[in-house]
Amino acid sequence: MSLAQLEIQIIASLVAVACSLVGVFLILRRMAMMSDAISHTVLLGIVLAFFVTKSITSPLLLIGAALMGVLTVSLVELLNRTQLVREDTSIGLVFPALFSIAVILISRFAGDVHIDNDAVLLGELAFAPFNRVKLFGLDFGPEAYYSSGGILILNLLFVILFYKELKLATFDSALAATLGFAPTLIHYALMTLVSLTAVGSFNAVGSILVVAFMVAPPSAAYLLTDKLSRMILYSALIGIFSAISGYWLANILDASIAGSMATMTGASFLTVYLFAPERGLFAQAKRRQNQRIEFALTMLTMHIANHTAAQEAELENEVIHLNEHLKWSPQFAMQIVGIAERMDLIQQKDGLLTLTEHGLKRANQEFNA
Amino acid sequence: MDISQLFYDLFFNYTLRTVALGSAILGMVSGALGSFAVLRKQSLLGDAISHAALPGIVLAFLITRSREPIVLILGALIAGWVATLFMLSIIRTTRIKDDSALGLVLSVFFGFGLMLLTFTQKLPDATQAGLDKFLFGQAATLLQRDVITMGIIGAIALLLLYAFWKEFKLITFDAEFAGSLGFPVRFLDVLLTTLLVIAIVLGLQTVGVVLMSAMIVAPAAAARQWTNHLHKMVWLGGLFGAIAGVSGTLISGSAEKLPTGPVIVLCMSIIVFFSMLIAPNRGLIWNWFRTQRNRKLLRIQAVLADLHTLALQHPNEERGHPIATLRSMNAHPEFVSLILNQLKEQGLVQELSKNAWALTQAGLTEAENTFKKEA
Repeated sequence: MSLAQLEIQIIASLVAVACSLVGVFLILRRMAMMSDAISHTVLLGIVLAFFVTKSITSPLLLIGAALMGVLTVSLVELLNRTQLVREDTSIGLVFPALFSIAVILISRFAGDVHIDNDAVLLGELAFAPFNRVKLFGLDFGPEAYYSSGGILILNLLFVILFYKELKLATFDSALAATLGFAPTLIHYALMTLVSLTAVGSFNAVGSILVVAFMVAPPSAAYLLTDKLSRMILYSALIGIFSAISGYWLANILDASIAGSMATMTGASFLTVYLFAPERGLFAQAKRRQNQRIEFALTMLTMHIANHTAAQEAELENEVIHLNEHLKWSPQFAMQIVGIAERMDLIQQKDGLLTLTEHGLKRANQEFNA
Repeated sequence: MDISQLFYDLFFNYTLRTVALGSAILGMVSGALGSFAVLRKQSLLGDAISHAALPGIVLAFLITRSREPIVLILGALIAGWVATLFMLSIIRTTRIKDDSALGLVLSVFFGFGLMLLTFTQKLPDATQAGLDKFLFGQAATLLQRDVITMGIIGAIALLLLYAFWKEFKLITFDAEFAGSLGFPVRFLDVLLTTLLVIAIVLGLQTVGVVLMSAMIVAPAAAARQWTNHLHKMVWLGGLFGAIAGVSGTLISGSAEKLPTGPVIVLCMSIIVFFSMLIAPNRGLIWNWFRTQRNRKLLRIQAVLADLHTLALQHPNEERGHPIATLRSMNAHPEFVSLILNQLKEQGLVQELSKNAWALTQAGLTEAENTFKKEA
């Protein structure tokens, strides 16, 4: 692994963690699609700021982009407030319009500059190690360390300092307002950070990866835990894993790094979606299966208990009759009887089922419930 | 370039005519089907599907090695479908909300598509050239046969929409009722979403993945402002989409370096903006006037009510009341004298002597009628 390769992975990991930090709150506040909108419209902010400063490296670009992000959010909310369109529609109206303006401006006036559409979508992670910070002839590492690292620190500070406020505003915004925590202020601060993160990151990784990093790892983490602090931690870890594995995937396929990383965030999510211990698809299926068996066992004990004393015991309590009386398929009946026997709930003699003491207790418990 | 030259070109210049026709078809189909998406609260589904179509396009190419539009459209259709199903299953089986599921599917599928695209571009043969035009769309590269394909597919989509009109209308507004009547809601849902996917895929080559969502949402949002009837909304949506398509093509054809897709989207945005402002009944300007009128009416009624109250409290009919009294009773004292004069002109109020106001007989009747209704 060369130094450049290592640097790319470190930069991507910094971006992944920075995105996770704000992404968690976007997910919880049901504003995930705002990241999509903002990551597109910051382009307009960059272009406009570029026209003012005439420089592609000016920090004003960052400010312009952040302002445009906030403007996007405000415009969406303004449209919502007219009540002429629904919220998702307003997002779908605002960001394509702003993005179109940006694309037109770029192709018309900035054709020979270093902004182009592909770079915005794809990023130029492969080139990130070539822009280096040099002071007094010493190499202080790639520029992206400082831009991505700076944004990561900013996000981290925000989340740590306002953890309580964020938590309250996210889960109970009305209570937060009553207690005087200014949820609107928190909301706009968060949106500003989302814009900053989007612009700071997409120089390096492209806008689509920003969305992937903001949405996929937090969604996966959301399926793994109920605790906010753990959710942040897990999504940061999943983000780092996706960044590094995505890099090597790109390396093997000789394909876009950003695209591969986005693919890996998806693969990570899919894995969690299938195998998460409690909320995964398999865990859900297993739980349903267990409930089915538990219920069937109870049914069986109650059925036998009901008919033990009666004359028809011989008729009712045979395995083959279960499919008739409990509407069970023969296979299912055999399976349940087998399990019940193993659990010492019933015993079988000449095809006739009788309850053990243990089974009788269970049936009585249910009768009395 | 002057306007007449532009219109001349529209009909006789091959490229411009082709592009304009393609954009018009696209605008019409996406506007009509977008109406359903917007009403079904699926505005951003279009955004997700258009992004998700990318890996389908590249995979279709990788498998068949063909760049025939119909093959790529089929690939996009399948990918768009897989994405939609995946999204719906995430929403149904986990606590992840729809917005997160949308963002997730959108970015992951698109990233996957980019990975495949860059992978394909590095392959030794160069037949993949031009696949990347789906990213931003390159309307100028539309050929006549592309437009014919678009026209046929679009016509099939619209015909299906027409054939299942009643069913689609029902599942859009009351799916449960449709189910209780015995309609196959699930199947209709699938069919309608498939039509939406078709509309999106049609537009990818013209306006590209990123801006296609606007072509779904914007015409419908504009049309919604003008009418409360579904069929009018669908017609208007198609019309607005087509207008934006043609005018966007013309504008971008009139100057150098004006990419067609973004210009079409901007034209569409302008239509939305004006629709929201001036549409009768719903429009903001209309609304503002209505609010003003209501306010004025309420202020007048308040003074009338106060005079009525005073008249009841002082059965001596000949007695008038000074403005100061009325002002003290009113929430907006500054308007009272103005309103009194207006009421006097209408003959509802009279000034018995200087600064002594009372209802006329007509005013009394009017007040009794108005306030009796409310009580």
